[in-house]
Amino acid sequence: MTNINYDEIVKAVEAIVNDNTKTHDQMGMALAKFAEDLLPYPKSTPEEFYRLLANKEICDLNEGHGPYSARYILPDYEKFLKQGSSFLRLEPPTNLLEAINSLIIMYRNIHALDRYPVFIGRLDILLESFVITEDRAYAKELLKWFLIQIDRSIGYSFCQANIGPTPSVTADIILELLPELQISVPNMTLRYDPELTPDDFAQKALVTALKSANPAFALDSFYKERIGDNYGIASCYNGLLIGGGAYTLTRIRLNKVAEHSKGLNDFFENTLINACKTQAQFMDAKIASIVENRAFFKSDWLVKEGLISRDKFVGLFGIVGLNECVDILMTKENKPERYGTDHSANELGVKIMEFIETFVKKHHNKYCEAFNNNFLLHAQVGAADDDDTSPGARIAIGKELPLYDHIRQAGLFHHFFPSGVGDIFPFDHTALRNPSALLDIFKGAFKSGVKYLSTYEGSGDLIRVTGYLVKRSDIEKVKNGEAVINGSVSLALDPIENRKINQRKVRNL
Amino acid sequence: MIKAVVNKIIDHSVVDGVGNRSVIFFQGCNLNCHYCHNPETINHCYHCGVCVTHCPQKALSFQDDKVVYDRLKCVDCDTCIKVCPYDSSPKTALLSVDDVLTKIKQNIPFIRGITLSGGECTLNATFIKALFKEAKALNLSTLLDSNGTYDFTLDPEILDHCDGVIIDIKAINAHIHQSITKADNQLIIKNAQYLAQIGKLTEIRTVVIANILDNHHTVDQITKLLAPYLTISPISYKLIKYRHFGVRKKYLYLQEPSDDLMNELQVIAYNNGFNDIILI
Repeated sequence: MTNINYDEIVKAVEAIVNDNTKTHDQMGMALAKFAEDLLPYPKSTPEEFYRLLANKEICDLNEGHGPYSARYILPDYEKFLKQGSSFLRLEPPTNLLEAINSLIIMYRNIHALDRYPVFIGRLDILLESFVITEDRAYAKELLKWFLIQIDRSIGYSFCQANIGPTPSVTADIILELLPELQISVPNMTLRYDPELTPDDFAQKALVTALKSANPAFALDSFYKERIGDNYGIASCYNGLLIGGGAYTLTRIRLNKVAEHSKGLNDFFENTLINACKTQAQFMDAKIASIVENRAFFKSDWLVKEGLISRDKFVGLFGIVGLNECVDILMTKENKPERYGTDHSANELGVKIMEFIETFVKKHHNKYCEAFNNNFLLHAQVGAADDDDTSPGARIAIGKELPLYDHIRQAGLFHHFFPSGVGDIFPFDHTALRNPSALLDIFKGAFKSGVKYLSTYEGSGDLIRVTGYLVKRSDIEKVKNGEAVINGSVSLALDPIENRKINQRKVRNL
Repeated sequence: MIKAVVNKIIDHSVVDGVGNRSVIFFQGCNLNCHYCHNPETINHCYHCGVCVTHCPQKALSFQDDKVVYDRLKCVDCDTCIKVCPYDSSPKTALLSVDDVLTKIKQNIPFIRGITLSGGECTLNATFIKALFKEAKALNLSTLLDSNGTYDFTLDPEILDHCDGVIIDIKAINAHIHQSITKADNQLIIKNAQYLAQIGKLTEIRTVVIANILDNHHTVDQITKLLAPYLTISPISYKLIKYRHFGVRKKYLYLQEPSDDLMNELQVIAYNNGFNDIILI
């Protein structure tokens, strides 16, 4: 596949090691990725995959040609804290100081595709028993430095922590700390259940979210039902099993599939089904390679100590660009209706998603046994080369609808994506005056079919780019050629500069 | 079918009672406060037609000697409001209870309730009773935002389906009140006390102006008067900084208060037993 000569290799390596905007570690990761991509794609990759990769209908999200671990892993930290670890030479912790340090050590020793932990646990569940036996002020000081440690030493925005659904001293302290710390790592989700999460706690979380873009809200009952009671939210907003994870996330650019079709009939009868089949076959090939050939599931210490288990992993079947896909098909059919504003266009969007959902349910992969041997649908948030491609099923930035209409439209689509979906509504500072009002809107959204929702205050330093946080101040530094700790900032440059994230409609109340 | 002239309906508001609420602004007020921030809601349209000649979008026209407003042509430049010689607006609508309900229903499940404001909402008492009854059937909470000039003791029925009332306390000193609103304040204060007694005074509000008003006296006296009822039902106190925005030119001599003054007033209210005090 790869016919690259020595001079080209030298040139590529030099470009990486001479890049002023990368730290030493970030250069190391880029070098490793470059080396990995000299490998061929997995053996049973279908020929059609290369054609669809080239014409941009399918995107493998730069996972590498020969991944040597699963993409997302969600270690069972609860089990770790109970049993300790012989690999890490740690006894089970007996107090908060030990628990926090044990977790930090563990985070440093999780090495998967992204080289940093995309899930660092349900912090309140993990730490509450230790927190309540300490003086609150002391516990707060330890948690403060725990969060600072995560922000500065993990340094990737796709590292996700969970809290909730019930209130706790730990979650309370974390919600107090976030506005003060203004950190972009970890990403955080409140598992929200209107029955279990009291309004005052949810409102506190919303005030924190306005000030620090964290936490987002996940509808607990949906993820429990579709993923399992022991679910975790990892990376951007990915619902997966704790003790498991996802082998791969591959995505179809639906807008490209529509572009390459002759019209609505051709789209359903030929191009879409072809893209679905090809993506599924490619994922099968990749998963087989990771499970059968690579060392990861055989020798990684997390597997050996029972902190992850192969049979809890799944493949994520991603899509992007539903908005543009629908609009392109409408244009090809000479119809003026558009995604978002028009009922018939939204109906077409639903029809497309039902088609893909049916395909995914019919396709079987023997290594996804926790999910009836099915892949899970994922509304991917976007990546490089996504010109004119909106995340997942989201309405394009610049085409936003009035708030309630927009939420209802999103509610038509969220249920298709148990392994990840979300909408973002920034509000102006008046929302801080009356968080109970914002909670009413969130509750209304969950009643309207929305499963995952996030907000931030439009003029703050921290913003949610697509599904992860960055500091605007970090973006400015990278634009000026400076390196910053958070390695995701360079990824955020493209969406912020080219995909109008800064122009996302800020709602006033 | 009862109808009322409505200035506008806001789908979501965070500043008109607890939670997210839709707010219905009625046209017409029986006070004429110097510092009114939306003076175009004070009077009903006299159909004089001054606005018709000035509208740059030709969104206003005369039909049968009445000014008719075309919402589709309007770009909300508000020229009509600026040129109106009568503190009114041609952009109002005569709506039935069903019309208002249809609009509100579109905002469920995102709103906790509705707040009726104005102008002065209580000038439409019969309409309010019918609307609140229907809103309750929809499980919505119901608030009135009133200037306090409607004698609630004489018409308790208006409160049957009303969860609470927000009352503006402009000044305690009768002379000052008279000079700034052209009306007496005795009934307003009596209403505040009555509503607090029966646990239906949700909030009181005072606009603070650096000159003209006796702010310290007003805040001190009203909180002392109402403090005994705080145990019946909590009352929040919103102290609103006067701002020039929207105020008629001839009243622009009014001055914005300093933050220090706002903080002093907050302390007075707090010392008199109020603990939910909002400064905006």
